[in-house]
Amino acid sequence: MLILGIETSCDETSVALVEDGKKILVNLVATQIDLHRQFGGVVPEVASRAHLRVLAPLVREALERTGAEKESVSAIAYTIGPGLIGSLLVGVSLAKALAYSWSVPAIGVNHLKAHLYAPILAGEEFEFPLVGLIVSGGHTLLVSARSWDEAEIVGSTRDDAAGEAFDKVAALLGLGFPGGPAVDRAAREGDSERFDLPRGMIRSGDLDFSFSGVKTAVRYLVERLKADGEEIPAADIAAGFQRAAVDVLVAKLTAAAGAVSPRTVVIGGGVAGNSELRRRVSEAPELSSARVLIAPLALCSDNAAMIAGLAGRQLERGGELTTGLAADDDPNLPWTPALL
Amino acid sequence: MKITTRSPEETRNLAAGLVRELGPGSVLALQGPLGSGKTCFAQGCARGLGVEERYVTSPTFVLVREYSGRLPFYHIDLYRLAPGPEIEGLGLDEYLEGNGVTAIEWAEKLAGRLPGRTIEISLACAGETEREISIDFPGGK
Repeated sequence: MLILGIETSCDETSVALVEDGKKILVNLVATQIDLHRQFGGVVPEVASRAHLRVLAPLVREALERTGAEKESVSAIAYTIGPGLIGSLLVGVSLAKALAYSWSVPAIGVNHLKAHLYAPILAGEEFEFPLVGLIVSGGHTLLVSARSWDEAEIVGSTRDDAAGEAFDKVAALLGLGFPGGPAVDRAAREGDSERFDLPRGMIRSGDLDFSFSGVKTAVRYLVERLKADGEEIPAADIAAGFQRAAVDVLVAKLTAAAGAVSPRTVVIGGGVAGNSELRRRVSEAPELSSARVLIAPLALCSDNAAMIAGLAGRQLERGGELTTGLAADDDPNLPWTPALL
Repeated sequence: MKITTRSPEETRNLAAGLVRELGPGSVLALQGPLGSGKTCFAQGCARGLGVEERYVTSPTFVLVREYSGRLPFYHIDLYRLAPGPEIEGLGLDEYLEGNGVTAIEWAEKLAGRLPGRTIEISLACAGETEREISIDFPGGK
């Protein structure tokens, strides 16, 4: 069963063809990062226009590269939300148009659930119970799942998302956009113990996060150093910030895991590409009895393969689909208690 | 009107008290640097409007978050936008002209395009947790 996936929730335009929810035939990602760098961030209006320009050619290229006939496509999967107003709409509209003209179902996929699904495209499989951490520019969520059909959110951020904090700290340090990789790179040269930055809510006793305080602390630190006429040690601050942020992510993840003794731990979303997070999670003794799944870098950032993959699994399991030509994109799409 | 708050909770309480007095179509323009408490102020607005969601989180990434309370609450964040023509065509007027209360972070990027009834709120850091908040009603009331 061949599924065409379309992802336009933020600044990547992506089209993929995935077979049986597992095998990636092609996963094309047109990044708009160069376009956004001049603004220091994602500009929704620029994003939606750029999606519009490259999306249809990407679909054509995906079919050409694989030699797949459009008649062999069983369904069109698209990101229905959460994401940016305008950007989502471009993908949803093309997906519906294709589904209508090819007479196949259109399947709306929750972008966050697709992030958790990503490792399956790298040949992994979930065993339950499962604990998942979704960390991206817009989200920081802990999910606990007893099965594919029982998955609840057990923790989330109370203010800023982890990836948003990386972006804003990168801006404060003049490290550029996108902030995640920039902080990661700078931190490699830095001393993470020189500045002790706050670990928001690390001892709150629940599984929620807060990244607003550490962002503000970085701002104060930078201002104080500037006022003292010192040069800003960007690498040391980046390393201190990254360590503080990762400390909290790992602490909450291990606390969630401690509650259910999971057989699988999954980390998904753009921040899952962070080298310190990957290292610390793989070394955490509390997680040693679980299989820790983190997708390869190309599947951590936004991509359409995860969208097509998850839709394939939905079709295979025969559950209820968010489908039909009437489904609207939803920038604030709520979580439903399942992994699909 | 100028008020100094000494904690994020005091900022939220101030905002909650303010929005309780507001009616449909109110617009709050929030200005202040990173970490000055704009999202915190918006969280207080949500509380004052009786929004039931557990958390009102930063809309930096998704641009707009919508909540329902005594009145609809629209929380908008223009951090990622360049001022000028890019903001046109985003459909923000739908919120500004709607029946809810709209709070806009980084509202200075919309300079000159906000309705005359907009309440201007600027936040400045006066210490690690102290914030100096000035609230200007239209017409200098």
